[in-house]
Amino acid sequence: MATAAWPGKKDRSLIGKSITRQDGPVKATGRAKYSYDLNPPGLLWAKPATSPHAHAKLVSIDTKKAEALPGVKGVWKDTDLIGEEVRYIGQIIACVAAESEEIATEAVALVEAKYEVLEHQVIDNDPKFATGRASEQEVGKVADGFAEADVTIEGDYGVPVITHCCMEPHGQVTEVRGGELYAWPSTQNVSRWADRLNDSVGIDRAKMHVDCQYMGGGFGSKFTYDKWGVIGTLLAKQTGRPVKLLLDRDLELAIAGNRPSGYTHIKLGVKNDGAITAFEGSVVGTGGGGGYRLRAFPYVFEPKNRKTTMKGIRTNRGGQRAWRAPSHPQTCLLTFSALEDAAAKIGMDAAAFYKKNLNLTARPDVYAEELDIAMKMIGYAEKAHLRTKLDAGPVKRGLGIAMHTWGGLGHGSECRVTINPDGSVKAEIGTQDLGTGARTVVSIIAAETLGLPLEAIDTRIGNNAYPASGGSGGSTTTGGISVSTRMAATDALNDLLGHAATKLGVAADKLEAKGGRIREMGNAAKSMSWADACKMLRTGSISKTGQNNRTEAQKAGLIDAGVGGVQIADVSVDTETGVVTLNEMAAVQDCGLIVNMKTCESQVFGGVIMGITSALFEEALYDPTTGRMLNADMEFYRIAGIKDVGTIKVHMMTGEEYEKRGIIGIGEPPVIAPAAAISNAVANAIGVRVPYLPLTPERVLNVLA
Amino acid sequence: MTADEKTNMQGKGLSRRGFLKGVGAGGAVATIATGCSTIDRDGVVSLTPRGPENTPITLNINGRRRKLEVEPRVTLLDALRNRLDLTGAKKVCDRGTCGSCTVLVDGEPAYSCSMLAVEAAGRKITTVEGLGSPEQMNAVQEAFVENDAQQCGFCTPGFVVACTSVLDKNPDATLEEAQAGCGGNLCRCGTYVGMNQALMDAAKSLKGGA
Amino acid sequence: MKSFEYATPRTVDEAVEQLAEQWGETEVLAGGTDLVTCLKQGLTAPKRVVSLKAVKDLKGISSTKGALTIGAMTTMGELAGNAGVQKHFPSLATAVKNIASPQLLSTGTVGGDLCQRPRCWYYRNGYGLLAQQDGKSLVTAGDNRYHAIFGNAGKAKFVSASSLGPPLIALGATIKTSSREIAADKFFQTPKSENERETVLNPNEIITAISVPLSGAENATYEIRHRQGLDWPYVTASVAKTNGGTKVVLGHVAPTPWIVAGNDAAQGAKPLSGNGYKVKMVKTAVKRALAAASNGASN
Ligand SMILES: Cc1cc2nc3c(=O)[nH]c(=O)nc-3n(C[C@H](O)[C@H](O)[C@H](O)COP(=O)(O)OP(=O)(O)OC[C@H]3O[C@@H](n4cnc5c(N)ncnc54)[C@H](O)[C@@H]3O)c2cc1C
Ligand code: FES
Ligand code: FES
Repeated sequence: MATAAWPGKKDRSLIGKSITRQDGPVKATGRAKYSYDLNPPGLLWAKPATSPHAHAKLVSIDTKKAEALPGVKGVWKDTDLIGEEVRYIGQIIACVAAESEEIATEAVALVEAKYEVLEHQVIDNDPKFATGRASEQEVGKVADGFAEADVTIEGDYGVPVITHCCMEPHGQVTEVRGGELYAWPSTQNVSRWADRLNDSVGIDRAKMHVDCQYMGGGFGSKFTYDKWGVIGTLLAKQTGRPVKLLLDRDLELAIAGNRPSGYTHIKLGVKNDGAITAFEGSVVGTGGGGGYRLRAFPYVFEPKNRKTTMKGIRTNRGGQRAWRAPSHPQTCLLTFSALEDAAAKIGMDAAAFYKKNLNLTARPDVYAEELDIAMKMIGYAEKAHLRTKLDAGPVKRGLGIAMHTWGGLGHGSECRVTINPDGSVKAEIGTQDLGTGARTVVSIIAAETLGLPLEAIDTRIGNNAYPASGGSGGSTTTGGISVSTRMAATDALNDLLGHAATKLGVAADKLEAKGGRIREMGNAAKSMSWADACKMLRTGSISKTGQNNRTEAQKAGLIDAGVGGVQIADVSVDTETGVVTLNEMAAVQDCGLIVNMKTCESQVFGGVIMGITSALFEEALYDPTTGRMLNADMEFYRIAGIKDVGTIKVHMMTGEEYEKRGIIGIGEPPVIAPAAAISNAVANAIGVRVPYLPLTPERVLNVLA
Repeated sequence: MTADEKTNMQGKGLSRRGFLKGVGAGGAVATIATGCSTIDRDGVVSLTPRGPENTPITLNINGRRRKLEVEPRVTLLDALRNRLDLTGAKKVCDRGTCGSCTVLVDGEPAYSCSMLAVEAAGRKITTVEGLGSPEQMNAVQEAFVENDAQQCGFCTPGFVVACTSVLDKNPDATLEEAQAGCGGNLCRCGTYVGMNQALMDAAKSLKGGA
Repeated sequence: MKSFEYATPRTVDEAVEQLAEQWGETEVLAGGTDLVTCLKQGLTAPKRVVSLKAVKDLKGISSTKGALTIGAMTTMGELAGNAGVQKHFPSLATAVKNIASPQLLSTGTVGGDLCQRPRCWYYRNGYGLLAQQDGKSLVTAGDNRYHAIFGNAGKAKFVSASSLGPPLIALGATIKTSSREIAADKFFQTPKSENERETVLNPNEIITAISVPLSGAENATYEIRHRQGLDWPYVTASVAKTNGGTKVVLGHVAPTPWIVAGNDAAQGAKPLSGNGYKVKMVKTAVKRALAAASNGASN
């Protein structure tokens, strides 16, 4: 009888190994069809018309001229919005569908709308624009904490609004046939993409077919159908033709992904020996027009006496969206900047300072171990210096440290595994592969469970016809899909073992599936091939659905939540040009039982690189007068290139201690700490803090001036 | 576009004569009919201006001659993706910044989003599809897959074309030189570590190494 | 993008004939790496685009007595890869190499680089070349971190985008057009109205070649850039040292390449609200370019 518990190390043939992702070849040869690539016959191109004003009352929309343009086949306008306020530039007010992309683009320019322009506000970092009541939280008594302190430091730190800039923009292809919707969205949530869409389009939820085989990046911003999903569906209904509606790059950056900013003033009390006694931080920031709150502040280190206040700034910018590890990168930067400034103030080595205070973290032992490893990886002992001992010459080098934490408990998920009489195996699950390797994870778990090679599993994902799985966010996918797949495969296998038992004359609970055979545990002599066992299924296939019940699975040690990580950055700063160069980055990460070492490490590398990008380059820049995002392109909204990221070293924590926790997700954690580590490294290099990200040459020169 | 619309579009007829007055360029421009003999076989040069309506061109793509009709304003990228269903080259920035649309034009890497299709007529175009297939990948594709130099994969075709180009020209490239071949490409998922390894592995295998 | 007709003249004369006398009626197309973007951004909506691809004799680099002549349609990649250029004009080779995108280098041309439109984000976002709104400069009131610190007293606050302009001026090059020869230092101008462009070319005039004298000047370019791939420099300095003296020309600090007059390169800088940091960069870039010129190497 096979059980769901993960096999021990010596019994694993696939789990934990470095396995090449299965859809690599289709992608690398350009054959993978993303939503943007679909050209069904009769396709129409849709382009949205948007508000040119950051804040205005929409008086009227006139689409007559657009409709008159030859080749235009459908027009939609947001009549509900007439008489209402538009709140940011790029807000969609209408949309045209035409025979070609060129015609659609031309037609959009012919949409005429009248506005009464209102005052706008796009500044995201100035407390004087904060509105509403501050949320305040106090644990312990900060006043007592500061009284205990030998030294108090105060500082300002900040992280701007950044945008997801998914390579494949938001949007979808939609077609309505016979009252049924066929949608191919670029989404991280195939099973639930269409939830509640019926409210706006009048098509039964059960008649919505959603498919997404490949998608070009989401990072937290692609969980639902959005306004363009509604419009695309309505236009498809109206025209009876498939409609492609994906955002152009400027809209993608301005309206489809804003990570809230965070600007803080922090006061920290420490004793001369480094012990932190009190923390007080007030934060302002913006989530566009919506509410604002950063979670997990202060970050990782939670002094006994701490107080935080938070206040939102309403801006006429596109709405906020979840961005890898919501809140954490921001609060990590804010907190760890203050921590290293405090260490510098009392003349203490940063690593020693953190060690001194590890008791204020949730997992002191893990962090201690990870910190030591990271220090070795970066050569800390040889390279570290205090902020008071700067390198001679214009180019100065420095190290900086940051730590992070994340949950990552597998999400609810269902998977169906079918074993057929011909020996073939199918795994079907309504999950999606964002590039994380989810498809391959399903294959690995099913194959491992059934004792088969990876290729033996026909894995089907990315369609809401399959058993529902969760949205891929919050590092919950690998845990979720691994458990549901494991459950289904185990169940199906046990059924098969029942058949084999009779034939082999061994009780089913003494049988196992290994190396393509069903055999008596530990006795290869008593066995039969997988194919032969399956042939016995004359009555038909075995089809089992497994579930990830989060609570039970966590109790059973299949999945868990809560990881730590330590990262150290080594940078050089040219003090005559202000240019920050990343030399090296060491990242140490735990995430429980690793399913696929190769794609897991890729996630960490990718997370670190995305973190580096945010540290050095990213900021959504808005013009105060016009309210327009000035860098809604990939030219001045910079993304790190291959030469900008230095050498990155990753160490994954493995071994019994970690593996016994079960599977924990990895998508978010590694992206959190880089910015803080790099900011700290720059401060260590040049002796002063560059308070606000990104660490651009102008910012560096300005603090040195 | 349906035949109906085609006539419609032509019917709306930017008056060529009126325009010529505006241009004031003298008698060099005569009215032409699309597809008339003043255009050479592939639509590379013509004695008189063409368009703005559809004009016939032949694109030499991955060794195949593909005839199509495009308006002069259509970019090579849009012609490939929207008219020929060659969707390996991706549209991301559409401004010549990110490299996702990279193809080879006469063996040199180029941003197909920033080149008009009519400009590409008569030139040798290689897209990612022409470099290899899932069953038979080229050395760079092989190395990308093996080293996990891709996540979402949306930037990957562009990188593959750029890397193939730099390594074909210089299989002895150092890592730094090979990276320079990627200076016009961007990846949002952060796959550069795998890519560095892929570049080195591909170079090795192109030189006949293991 | 509005539709347009497309012309493929085969001679310079034919090309000129196809061009209108008004800016914006027609546009010249070289590599297209900037023009196609401008068309998409609606910065220009010509009725006709005149491609230079089939025009004879615009391509290639030849050395004549005392000068290197570069055809306008020579790609930047060909320029950077040319042995003569590398040997005599490291400042040019460096400026091109730093553009760092093989795709741009293989398509973008020398003529196109000189005539490309500014990258001012107000201009590119549709607020006009001079970015005026209600009689006021959006640049002055807004985010001008990448804008001009010199020559910005008029309405134009953008910076000249061309990487080739500064070294060509420092090297004393001459721009040959369909109708005349223009000294490189007279080629760029600061537009005073939306109807003017950033060079002295007429709408129906094309660059045919650039001639760079082999003066034996020690020369180098130093660029301050943030990203190490395709990007824009913050500030560049090109220098050429001859017995007659040293010429220093700055890039990305003014609406034209900026020719330094005295000893202090930063003299006369008038930063806007957000670009004072460029003053320090100018000093650094000039210092490093001069050092590189003496060492025979630039960055
Ligand atoms: C992200 C990014 C970064 C860049 N960084 C840099 C950089 O650092 N430095 C730099 O210099 N450039 C940079 N570029 C710009 C690039 O170099 C130019 O796009 C290119 O040089 C233009 O050449 P082209 O042949 O493609 O010109 P086209 O796009 O064909 O033409 C550009 C302009 O020049 C005119 N023109 C072209 N040829 C002639 C001629 N012979 N006579 C008269 N007019 C002509 C055209 O009408 C048009 O207005 C960058 C571009 C991007 C997208
Ligand atoms: S899509 Fe062409 S360079 Fe980005
Ligand atoms: S793999 Fe996703 S953008 Fe490069």
